[in-house]
Amino acid sequence: MSVAQNKLTAERKGNSFGQAPSMPPDAQATLARTMRRRGEQSRFWWLIPTLYIIFLMLPIYWLINMSFKTTAEILSTFSLWPVEPTLHNYAVIFTDPSWYSGYINSIIYVVMNTVISVLAALPAAYAFSRYRFLGDKHLFFWLLTNRMAPPAVFVLPFFQLYSAFGLIDTHIAVAIAHCLFNVPLAVWILEGFMSGVPKEIDETAYIDGYSFPRFFVKIFMPLIASGIGVAAFFCFMFSWVELLIARTLTTTAAKPIAATMTRTVSASGLDWGVLAAAGVLTIIPGALVIYFVRNYIAKGFALGRV
Amino acid sequence: MDKTWNNKAWFMVLPVLLLVAFSAVIPLMTVVNYSVQDTFGNNQFFWAGTEWYQEMLHSERFHTALLRNLLFSFTILAIEVPLGILIALNMPRKGWGVPVCLVLMALPLLIPWNVVGTIWQVFGRVDIGLLGRTLSQLGIHYNYVQNPLHAWITVIVMDVWHWTSLVVLLCYAGLVSIPDAFYQAAKIDGASRWAIFRYIQLPKMNRVLLIAVLLRFMDSFMIYTEPFVVTGGGPGNSTTFLSIDLVKMAVGQFDLGPAAAMSIIYFLIILALSWVFYTVMTSYDAER
Repeated sequence: MSVAQNKLTAERKGNSFGQAPSMPPDAQATLARTMRRRGEQSRFWWLIPTLYIIFLMLPIYWLINMSFKTTAEILSTFSLWPVEPTLHNYAVIFTDPSWYSGYINSIIYVVMNTVISVLAALPAAYAFSRYRFLGDKHLFFWLLTNRMAPPAVFVLPFFQLYSAFGLIDTHIAVAIAHCLFNVPLAVWILEGFMSGVPKEIDETAYIDGYSFPRFFVKIFMPLIASGIGVAAFFCFMFSWVELLIARTLTTTAAKPIAATMTRTVSASGLDWGVLAAAGVLTIIPGALVIYFVRNYIAKGFALGRV
Repeated sequence: MDKTWNNKAWFMVLPVLLLVAFSAVIPLMTVVNYSVQDTFGNNQFFWAGTEWYQEMLHSERFHTALLRNLLFSFTILAIEVPLGILIALNMPRKGWGVPVCLVLMALPLLIPWNVVGTIWQVFGRVDIGLLGRTLSQLGIHYNYVQNPLHAWITVIVMDVWHWTSLVVLLCYAGLVSIPDAFYQAAKIDGASRWAIFRYIQLPKMNRVLLIAVLLRFMDSFMIYTEPFVVTGGGPGNSTTFLSIDLVKMAVGQFDLGPAAAMSIIYFLIILALSWVFYTVMTSYDAER
């Protein structure tokens, strides 16, 4: 049978199923069989993800390994695990109160940014996915251009702008500055998810007498919950890892953890142990976030029929 | 999907518009302002016209940094996109493996960029790093501090390590969104693994692949922190990408005029290339 016919059949089948709100149970059973059969066909499918994960973990393992060694041990001996495990490096960091505030500052502005970005992006993404309006395509592309703007370009003007408003060294300054690239991204991701929801759902809700805000919160948002989760995750991620702008807009009161780290590193240039411990500590919040949302993200990705 | 024409939708876009305009339009105008003026200090500026732009467009330094950055971007795209698709295709779809894979793969994405640089700097060092030490034990004279080729390989491997997961996660989201009926139909038709990929999975991943390619291209084209921490742009200027060069010029030498002109040209190039990507992929989308 020709490939084109395959494609046609697949699409025909897909359409007939696609309109049904959920899959019938017998189709689910068929799917389970299909999945099992797929597993039998390629017995070594797990090899590629496993190798990839090992590749990802090696450098992180090395950093953790180093963080439990003294600098002398790091420089003198080469071992795959700490010969004399020490918590000295972590003690150095935890006895310095500026580290706590670094963590808290980062978390505050990242959370602020995520909330602002997603809340602002929700109605905009709905507008882009449902309506045509004057200049919509140009506006959409203009938004994306801000996601493309190199932060290096904005460093100096940002400092002047936020100084003029007296916002330097506040959390909200960093949160708003990070909106530059997070809001367009959130709009884009949400628009993708929203376009996957059939328009008939909107119309049915209006016929049933739902007002727009009630429809949006009660019906529409649960439908794209996975999309909101994914958008929030990406906003958190890009705000948490960004350093150039965050460092420029803060001096002491809102200084992010990663900037605190660069300062400590340059002050104690050769103290590899403390450097490694500081690195490990900056990985932890990100790891915690992924750990707590893991089921949500896994479920969100699995259920989110874009 | 059929969209209704409704100009009131502008009100829904307004919050985003104000927010982004505040953070983008005002700073960008400041940059434009600097790019057409010259200063002798003391905040006294005078009109310089297109002088800086001409200087930049004829500057050898800008050309090489641009070529270097383009080479870098296309290399990492050529590696990360196929690799990301391959991994996403082989990821488990259900069971305990799903959250484990997602959590472990997402981890590099949530490490602050300067820490990513630090991790690879430490990992690759010949004296204390696992990678550097292992390679030199194997008899390879690996030294990313002095050898430009090794520096390049290190920066590219670091980027693959850092960002492939983004492509994987996006492709995975696209893959699990394919209705099961598509696979069932393919089974009934006896489609080969390749036919399933080519005619069902790839077209359905189109949208997420567009996002992935655009994001990876833009981010690699403005990469700053990671290579700066690892190589500092060296050895020589061999890993001086555009952003590194720009910050060197603006902050290091405080040449505001040329730096601003370079910013504008830089931004326009990104804009043009992204527009090409965007148009090509959306028109491909519309054809289907």
